[in-house]
Amino acid sequence: MSVNPDQRSRASASADAPIIEIAGLRKWFGTFQVLQDIALTVARGERIVICGPSGSGKSTLIRCVNSLERYQEGRLVVDGYDLGAGQKNIDTVRAEVGMVFQQFNLFPHLTVMENCMLAPMKVRGTRKKEAQELAMRFLARVRIADQALKYPAQLSGGQQQRVAIARALCMTPKIMLFDEPTSALDPEMVKEVLDTMVGLAEDGMTMLCVTHEMGFARKVADRVIFMDAGQIVEMGKPEPFFANPQNPRTQAFLGQLLH
Amino acid sequence: MIRQFGLPEALAILSGVQATILLSLIAFVGGGVVGLAVALMRTSERTWLQRCAGFYIDFFQGTPLLMQLFLVFYGLPVLGYKVNPWIAVAIGFTLHASAFLGEIWRGSIQAVPRGQTEAAYALGLSYASRMRNVVLPQAMRISVAPTVGFMVQLIKGTSLAAIIGFVELSRAAQIIASATYKPLLAYGCAAIVYFVLCFPLSRLSMRLEKRFAVKT
Repeated sequence: MSVNPDQRSRASASADAPIIEIAGLRKWFGTFQVLQDIALTVARGERIVICGPSGSGKSTLIRCVNSLERYQEGRLVVDGYDLGAGQKNIDTVRAEVGMVFQQFNLFPHLTVMENCMLAPMKVRGTRKKEAQELAMRFLARVRIADQALKYPAQLSGGQQQRVAIARALCMTPKIMLFDEPTSALDPEMVKEVLDTMVGLAEDGMTMLCVTHEMGFARKVADRVIFMDAGQIVEMGKPEPFFANPQNPRTQAFLGQLLH
Repeated sequence: MIRQFGLPEALAILSGVQATILLSLIAFVGGGVVGLAVALMRTSERTWLQRCAGFYIDFFQGTPLLMQLFLVFYGLPVLGYKVNPWIAVAIGFTLHASAFLGEIWRGSIQAVPRGQTEAAYALGLSYASRMRNVVLPQAMRISVAPTVGFMVQLIKGTSLAAIIGFVELSRAAQIIASATYKPLLAYGCAAIVYFVLCFPLSRLSMRLEKRFAVKT
């Protein structure tokens, strides 16, 4: 099943154009520099996993991609829209980029179905009936359609995170950002969320995932990025990245993670 | 001549309740509408809006309602506007109530977890939709108790309108008290009426809180 019918026509129009271009990106929180000269180009359909110690700037980096964080220097272009060129571009990009948060951030006062219907109706002007169908389609896709009328608090963490994925998909995004989507979950619920993400990856979604799930990285990632102290320290295909990391910092990090 | 305290006197006190209720409604509606605007300004991303709202809140929270009513009632004529007492209290109570409600709701808006706003941003929702569909419904639940608490205060605060000529509950009781020399009885009647007005509100607040607690 195609996640985004629109994506194909645009991709064929400019098949080689990268969907995300980041160059010379620098960001400070006060005097502390969180991002130091980040350069990254992401092709359409590419799956990228970003890992690194906490405070390395990996979350900040993907939060820049939909402008949840502003940056002070550099250039960030998403699907042709320069995020440094005004609010209008930011609004456009946000509607085209889906995001899944560590803490789910579902709207607690709305049912699962209403959570999924809100943005299509308010941002795209989709009519209620169509929004319902859309919501049910994606809820079925994350295998949670039977819970559509419940409130988020009535669901388990894993179920909530799958709803959050469905909610993002209802906007038929061109890119999905995942900010440690399984870090707040009980261990037995990690798999159901990862399986959903693998399914998305197989459908050709462009994905940027901040995660420590290295099994997931091996399975779906086209590239794995290791960040430390606000820099991209190492980047490569999963097999060489895990088998033979070049940078000592990467080696140390992976050593801690795997053993 | 000293009047007896009988049914006509009790009814005279009760008739004051009409003005009390009307004054309260004016204060709720005016304070609610302007208060929402104040709360939204206070939580705006624009610092100059925040500052304006902050100054407004500080000023009207920091001065007595009595002074505010005097200022409007005697101040506007000085500026050349002849105001009838209803307009004067409407302005006075609106200014007062909006400052307090604005501050209560500012706190409630900020108590909605940051992640909710971020999720709304990430979905591309506009400011209006973010507020109306995501933040305010949640802030409303948080604010039920303090809002109703303030409304109860406000009902009782309407007695201050007496000083610019309104015969509401307290003033009516005062008139009867001085005519009958039965202050305890007269003010006791007024107190009961105030209680009858305020008690259901407090109860309603508790029920609303319970209902919201179940839903989330």
